[in-house]
Amino acid sequence: MLSLLLIILAATFFTGIIIRTKSIASGRKGPGVFQPIKDVVRLFKKGSVFSETTSFVFQIAPTIYFASVFVAMLVIPFGQSKGLISFNGDFIFFAYILGIGKFFSIISAMDTGSSFEGMGASREALYSMFAEPAFFILMGSLALLTGYTSFQEIFSALHLGSSISYALAVMAAFVFLMIAMIENSRMPLDDPKTHLELTMVHEVMILDNSGFDLGLILTAGYLKFAIYGAIIFNLFSGTIAYEYAIPLFFVMQLFLAFVVGMIESFMARFRMNHNAQFIVVLSSVSLLIFFGALLVSGKFI
Amino acid sequence: MNIVWSFILIPFIAICIIPFLKIKGKAIVVYTAVSAVAILTSYVAFNALSGQNFELILQGSYITGPIRLQIDALSGWFLLMINFAFLTGGFYGLFYMNAYKNQLKNLSLHGILFVLLYTALVSICAIQNSMAFLVAWEIMALSAFLSILFEHEKTATIKAGINYLIQSHVSILFLMIGFIWVASKTGSYDFASIHAYSLANTEGISLMLYLFFFIGFAIKAGFVPFHTWLPYAHPAAPAHISGIMSGVLIKIGILGILRMLLLINLDYTIIGSIILATSLFSGVYGVMLAILQHNLKKLLAYHSIENIGIIGIGIGLGCIGLGTNNVILSSLGFAGALLHTLNHSLYKSLLFFTAGNIYQATHTLDIEKLGGLVKKMPQTTILFLIASLAICGLPPFNGFISEFILYTSLFSSIHNALITYLIEFIFTITGLVLIGGLAMMCFTKAFGVVFLGNERHIFNHEVKEVSGFQLLPLYFIATLIVIIGLFPKLFLNLLIQPVQLFTNLHQLPFVGFGGNFIETLLSVSNASWIAILLVLGILGIRKLVMRKQSVTVLPTWNCGYIAPNAKIQYTASSFISTYSQLLTSFFLITKKGKPVTGIFPAAAHLETHPYDKLEKWLIDYPITNFKSFLGRFLFIQNGKLQFYILYGIVFIVSIISIPIIYNYIIVFIEFIKKL
Repeated sequence: MLSLLLIILAATFFTGIIIRTKSIASGRKGPGVFQPIKDVVRLFKKGSVFSETTSFVFQIAPTIYFASVFVAMLVIPFGQSKGLISFNGDFIFFAYILGIGKFFSIISAMDTGSSFEGMGASREALYSMFAEPAFFILMGSLALLTGYTSFQEIFSALHLGSSISYALAVMAAFVFLMIAMIENSRMPLDDPKTHLELTMVHEVMILDNSGFDLGLILTAGYLKFAIYGAIIFNLFSGTIAYEYAIPLFFVMQLFLAFVVGMIESFMARFRMNHNAQFIVVLSSVSLLIFFGALLVSGKFI
Repeated sequence: MNIVWSFILIPFIAICIIPFLKIKGKAIVVYTAVSAVAILTSYVAFNALSGQNFELILQGSYITGPIRLQIDALSGWFLLMINFAFLTGGFYGLFYMNAYKNQLKNLSLHGILFVLLYTALVSICAIQNSMAFLVAWEIMALSAFLSILFEHEKTATIKAGINYLIQSHVSILFLMIGFIWVASKTGSYDFASIHAYSLANTEGISLMLYLFFFIGFAIKAGFVPFHTWLPYAHPAAPAHISGIMSGVLIKIGILGILRMLLLINLDYTIIGSIILATSLFSGVYGVMLAILQHNLKKLLAYHSIENIGIIGIGIGLGCIGLGTNNVILSSLGFAGALLHTLNHSLYKSLLFFTAGNIYQATHTLDIEKLGGLVKKMPQTTILFLIASLAICGLPPFNGFISEFILYTSLFSSIHNALITYLIEFIFTITGLVLIGGLAMMCFTKAFGVVFLGNERHIFNHEVKEVSGFQLLPLYFIATLIVIIGLFPKLFLNLLIQPVQLFTNLHQLPFVGFGGNFIETLLSVSNASWIAILLVLGILGIRKLVMRKQSVTVLPTWNCGYIAPNAKIQYTASSFISTYSQLLTSFFLITKKGKPVTGIFPAAAHLETHPYDKLEKWLIDYPITNFKSFLGRFLFIQNGKLQFYILYGIVFIVSIISIPIIYNYIIVFIEFIKKL
């Protein structure tokens, strides 16, 4: 329950901070931190335009996408307190419920019959396919280290004792951050602020969404960032008491948003054909983590 | 005894009277016969699943010896699956075949074969005598072969049928070697002698014996590299036959693999690793090629290979669990495999039936020619969507449950596993995830291109939804898919007995899925319910909010381009082009045509045909070489009569002269023996 509230709170400012960081880094003042939320509220009030090509899929897809992200959020714990849904293997459910949202967002893009949206859909399908193994290998290594199979138990049993495990946690945080970037279609893979539809991934898929539906999709994007922020926080939180953990959570989210903003400001987007290679590298990093976990647990001998 | 008699008599009578009836009569007799047998065997199967095995010994003949019939929990599970597939598939077939109602003779044959195929499959589940088993197996193979050939006027169909016929006989060859091996050593054809033989011999010999059976059954099941018949046979057959073939016929191979595991005593960790590796390869390779396919049914056929891989992963994990005395890994591995067998038979037959609907409506299965079917065939669209979500293993559908069970078995054993198994596990996890991701790519492609967007091709005939009766069995299957997804506990309870058969092999303490795991499954279904309610809630809110807002319908936004047409839509090939470029070294894609060149290009066209690299290396290449080798002896068969008479004389002379050189032959044999 606690994690739900905290993630929603963090989601309200996460994207705003990214935008603010980017604007300050490029010498502008930039919009307020809560501008993304204001945008969404405005969208919820606006009317919609639907393409005449679309079918019922286009009508239900944004809802399912949002619901999938929302249910995925219920799984995330906060330190010692469980998420609303918690069971053995809940991270499998987490990945697969996000999958159903992705499935619908892809077919809703195909539903418009637009070549641009088809392009985005194809890329989204490819990248998410390559990103999944990294997440599962990572969770497998954590399960190997701790002997548990649910988010909450894994994170509360994850004691960072030796220097190797610190290195592992840092690498894991990197992998999670990169998965968050892929899931949200952010910088090194996709530039949400690009001006050309041909070079977009996620943004081009939602070209035809408007009004309430677009609001849902954007909200889901904000939530996704905060969800991955919360996972990264959980990696380090261990058994800290709540009065320290909660402020630390927000500091961490702010820091992550700042990092994302800095990456977006000072890094160019990869060429499209390098993206897949990059994502495969990510899986290799998580395999390294797995072997690190093997070392720590003394299985090599 | 009565059961067996009625089991033999009902199909026999049906087969005898089918040719003499009018078209409606044929349909009614076929379906009644199948239903009657299905009711009979389902009763036996349910008893077996609740722990009461059906056992009976037929007298048999001088050659076979007594024929033992036995339906234990494992056979029971497969029997129920076969019954369900034939009842729904048969009902669908009644209406599907309506399009061919003027081919009366062809239909009679088809009806007879349908009944024969069904009885053969049921018998294979029960027979415990290798001679009788092979006979039933052969009946199954032949009746499936002839059922595939329904549209025999097409060359592709004949080719696919012959391919299937040859490969299924290679499978029988391997099975025969295994059975004769045992029979020659023990003198009995009973399955129990296989068990006795493996107990009496070393594990190495048992492993060899098992591998013969494994290859034989794997050809039927479609494990890579024994899969090459499958992508030809499935598209060639009528839709209900492809659904049944993919749903239960190839699963008979799985039953065989599991049955032999129960009979042959071997080192389970080694065979587990072998099965696991083969299955992982099958799973990933199957789905990798599935993405490339442009023929909808061929795409589905490659997905069967993928799903057989997932089932095999479960069996492999179960074996490793047995070998390492890990009760969780073993029970969940086998349970996942068995449940996935059922799940796959459900959604795959649903997919093939919907593909049949599409074929009937449009007369094509070429994905690139389809598009926008959602407006013409809304019900087929929804059914196909449900099946695609299920095959991608997404919650809240049944595919997720079996994959979740497999993941749970892996993740919960990872902490205490030895390093060798750990590495196998992490590769299995990666493989399963990749399979899931690739399947999602494949089905977003298939669903998006076939059903969504605008029509890509103008048909000369009206494209319309098939009749309500034809859709009825499909709704039935879809309901079951959702029920398994939301109430998995019901089906896991049925699986306790079959799984116990396997855990008893090593006396593992398994009496039912632990409370812990059942609780987990309950949480999964609760979470799925939350997701469903949330979706419904938001849809409600959306409707309320949008009622007050303006809703405009306009053409799709084409980024400023104002004259879009259906041709500029993303096609299936373009959807996967990045993927196929990325993994190009794994594929064999032949390109034909003239590419676009120059600033003012002339008319250009390009055709791409994906081909199976393994098929080229393992089937085509050896066959070409063998043919060219045999071609060197063509001069012998030169068509001149005088030469043929000469051969005859040479043969006779050499036969007569054998006694003369008898001593030399003896010396030669002695020499060979010394070597």
